[in-house]
Amino acid sequence: MNNREQEVLDGVSRITGVRSALLVSSDDGLVVAESTLDDQATEAAAAFAARLVQRLGVLTRTLHTPPMSVLLMQATGGQLFIATGAEGLLLVAVTTNDVNIGEVRLALLDAAGRLN
Amino acid sequence: MTDDIATLTLQLAQDPASLAFVPLADALRRRGQLDAALTVVTRGSARYPEMADAHDLVARIHADRGDGDAAFDAWTTVVRLVPDHLGAHKGLAFLAYRSGDLGRSVKHLTAALELAPDDTTLASAIERIRTVMAGRVVAASGKVAPPPEAPQRSATESTPTLLFDQQGRVLRGTLERMDGVDASEAVAAALAGVSREAERAARLLNLGEWKALAIESGAVNFELRSPSSETLLLVMRGREVPAGRLARIADKAVEQARHWLEEDA
Repeated sequence: MNNREQEVLDGVSRITGVRSALLVSSDDGLVVAESTLDDQATEAAAAFAARLVQRLGVLTRTLHTPPMSVLLMQATGGQLFIATGAEGLLLVAVTTNDVNIGEVRLALLDAAGRLN
Repeated sequence: MTDDIATLTLQLAQDPASLAFVPLADALRRRGQLDAALTVVTRGSARYPEMADAHDLVARIHADRGDGDAAFDAWTTVVRLVPDHLGAHKGLAFLAYRSGDLGRSVKHLTAALELAPDDTTLASAIERIRTVMAGRVVAASGKVAPPPEAPQRSATESTPTLLFDQQGRVLRGTLERMDGVDASEAVAAALAGVSREAERAARLLNLGEWKALAIESGAVNFELRSPSSETLLLVMRGREVPAGRLARIADKAVEQARHWLEEDA
């Protein structure tokens, strides 16, 4: 992990309601860098994020639409945001449900762009 | 896939004149690494400017990136090199359809059908577009005036929606690709069981029960819901429909699906 990656992830995790921000390898679902505020299971979040992107990537290929740029899984107790970056990397954020969805989405897309 | 990419990358590094750039770029494209794919195939096609399949791949990558003009240029180059290139005619038909030039779309689809007469999806796409064109002609001639107070379809009714079960069988609705080809069965098969992945992810991350998956894909947004433990519902709208509105449309579609499932039980 380098300073730039850490700085970008810290920027995401500073948003109110973000519990963890991760940089994940989409190939194997391993954590490349992380910024966590509590005892989040970051390895599990990374693995599931990569798995979901792989599963749902089939949808865009089947319909001949451009590849997925953002995925949001909403659950009763929180949310999982995933933005696809360059070089096979995913920007992932685990948040509470009262988070500003638009703000997190833009922060992840910005982070993905900065890491290109 | 990763192994393939590593092998092909090594092969290309050892021999820059290798034709491995085509499968390598295609593998990168399939993984969504469009910038890398474009870099690889552009370098390769510069070395082999008469290689139609390389330009075809350039076009497909541009199309994936939503750059229709660049895709058009590349597919036009393919047709110049190989007038009977099936992929290029399909691609040009898709671009023409997307830009509203239905006549040109039919022309390329017809050329593609001549090259692949057993492809029933091409014939049905032509038929579908001709039906739309016939409707436009009638409306333009004024022979049939539209009903003055024709009821507008609700957002839910005009939203492509697909209900399918966990075994990948379509229960209701249809989803089409941008070129009009029905992709319902393929989508249902591809997404079967994905709710179990979401369920497991939510549980292990202490997020409770999953409720929705929202997917942004270029010009299209999707929302995936689970109206019942055994079914999944996918709604699709263009990006002009904001994510928040799509979520509300999905709420209504879920209600309708549950009603239909209860009636059908």
